[in-house]
Amino acid sequence: MTEENVIISVENLVKKYGDFTAVAGISFEVYAGEIFGLLGPNGAGKTTTLEILETLRDKTAGNIIIDGFSVDNQAAEIKKIIGVQLQAAGYSPNLSLTEIIELFSGLYGVRVNALEMLDKVNLREKAKAKFKELSGGQKQRFSIATTLIHKPKIIFLDEPTTGLDPQARRNLWDLIFEIRKEGTTVVITTHYMDEAEILCDRVAFIDAGTIRGIDTPAHFIDQLIETGFEAPKKVKQATLEDVFISMTGKDLRE
Amino acid sequence: MTNNPVPYSNTRATLALAKASFISIIRSPSAVVFSLAFPLVFILVFGFIGNGGIKVQLGVERGCDTSNFIFQSLKKVSLIKFVNGQDSLLMSKNLTRGNLDGVINIQKNFSGKPPLILTIRYTKASLQNGTILKSVITDILYYAGKKNQEPSDQPVLVNESTAEGRAYKTIDFILPGQLGFSLLSSGVFGTAFVFISLRLTLVIKRFFATPVKRYSIVLAEALSRLLFSLIGAVIILLIGHFAFGFTLIHGYVTVLNMLAICTIGILVFMGFGFIISGIAKNESMVPPLANIVTLPQFLLAGTFFPIDSFPTWLQPVCRALPLTYMNDALRKIAFEGASLIDVSFQILILLAWGVGTYAVAVKVFKWE
Repeated sequence: MTEENVIISVENLVKKYGDFTAVAGISFEVYAGEIFGLLGPNGAGKTTTLEILETLRDKTAGNIIIDGFSVDNQAAEIKKIIGVQLQAAGYSPNLSLTEIIELFSGLYGVRVNALEMLDKVNLREKAKAKFKELSGGQKQRFSIATTLIHKPKIIFLDEPTTGLDPQARRNLWDLIFEIRKEGTTVVITTHYMDEAEILCDRVAFIDAGTIRGIDTPAHFIDQLIETGFEAPKKVKQATLEDVFISMTGKDLRE
Repeated sequence: MTNNPVPYSNTRATLALAKASFISIIRSPSAVVFSLAFPLVFILVFGFIGNGGIKVQLGVERGCDTSNFIFQSLKKVSLIKFVNGQDSLLMSKNLTRGNLDGVINIQKNFSGKPPLILTIRYTKASLQNGTILKSVITDILYYAGKKNQEPSDQPVLVNESTAEGRAYKTIDFILPGQLGFSLLSSGVFGTAFVFISLRLTLVIKRFFATPVKRYSIVLAEALSRLLFSLIGAVIILLIGHFAFGFTLIHGYVTVLNMLAICTIGILVFMGFGFIISGIAKNESMVPPLANIVTLPQFLLAGTFFPIDSFPTWLQPVCRALPLTYMNDALRKIAFEGASLIDVSFQILILLAWGVGTYAVAVKVFKWE
């Protein structure tokens, strides 16, 4: 990777809430066009880091450059080139999906065909439905659709698959791959390591506000095996989730 | 992937928000019920009940003799309220407007019998109260005549006259009060609920992740609520005018002036809504807090009963409330044909409330 490919650069990021240090000086880079995973247990500082990158939260110290813009004084420019999916965001309860898409196209200052946007996330038949009437997977897909309205360079997804059934989860992976295929950089947090292994080009492990390592999933696994690590149970050719999918099919249940 | 070629327009974003907010309001049943159905039901009910809490405003002309038995007897009648100290020009004006139900002048007759000359003027603007006043005076004179044992020897010469004036109907009192209250509840409840739910459901946070300016979110809500409330006001005025004979002296000019007052009022009342949305921790805390603001005004600001019918000690409280001045201004404009300049005092008090509420709102308002 050359310097030009770095789209997000984070240097010594610190975030303190009073006496509590949520993020204790982390540094990493995200390359343009990759799917980058932030992994770590609850309370590790993933969401805080993400929200600082999204310019939704102030940092205590550190330097962050996103596509050449500094979060310190160019937040407005950054907001125009990023798409943000929040962990628990709601949408105006009285509006239909079409109306919400139109609202967000106004907020981003672009003109889009709402139905085409819904097509991208396979929700055209729900155009007149309200957000609260959607299933978990549909909600996440719609949430991602709102992040794509202004054709952002980077999208941030905060635990998009939490609480989804295996079919919906796989469906969302396909969507994320498609988004990446169109050249969009994806920064994602997740608690599922199988998901990170499949989705992410590179991952960073965060714990207690510090980064424990950044690498490709395959490299991390190889490194662990080199230390003599052995999985307690012999790894089989399939997982229980594979069984689940083979028994219940890949069709979405919504 | 290219950057958006058109420069970003915050105005367009604000309008998109306002449109979305407007659709949300008209789809929310409570907004429609509170802003339209409630006021109309009250107008209907009070239109049929008629005048409650009657007080007869009796102007006492300067130089009127108050030592005589007629005046002393009138003083014992609790429903008569004496208005002193106005010059005869102002009194005549108030009489034609129906602010006074009658004007009395009693003089000793130095040229002989009868010993007293009673001059009483009624007004067509307040025929009902005038009738009450008339029967009270007739009663007093009747009993006085009886006491004298000489009914033929009239102690008093009575000069009666009735001034021209417009009838001040119940609807002329009730409708402005209902309009004011509709705007108050929409401004306070609506704004507080919208902002607390935007905050709690993180809708507002999602807006922050877009390039729109923060103030636009508030501005858009204000615009849409204003539009909704003004449409509601026009509907109430039209129904009031055509179905119940609500007086609009200068026609559409009166309506426009009233809408101007409504605009000021709704903006002031929204200030309370912002404060409540900042103080309340969750949605269930909104109704009690909002009721603290709206209920006293509902009862005391001249919405249903004229402030004059409250005990004297309570009246200063009534005259401190913003809705009092809004109702006052609306009634003056609709019935007396006052211009916005004529009600500049009321506007000034409303604006003072506005400055106060927004000063607090800025301090307590929470985005997240």
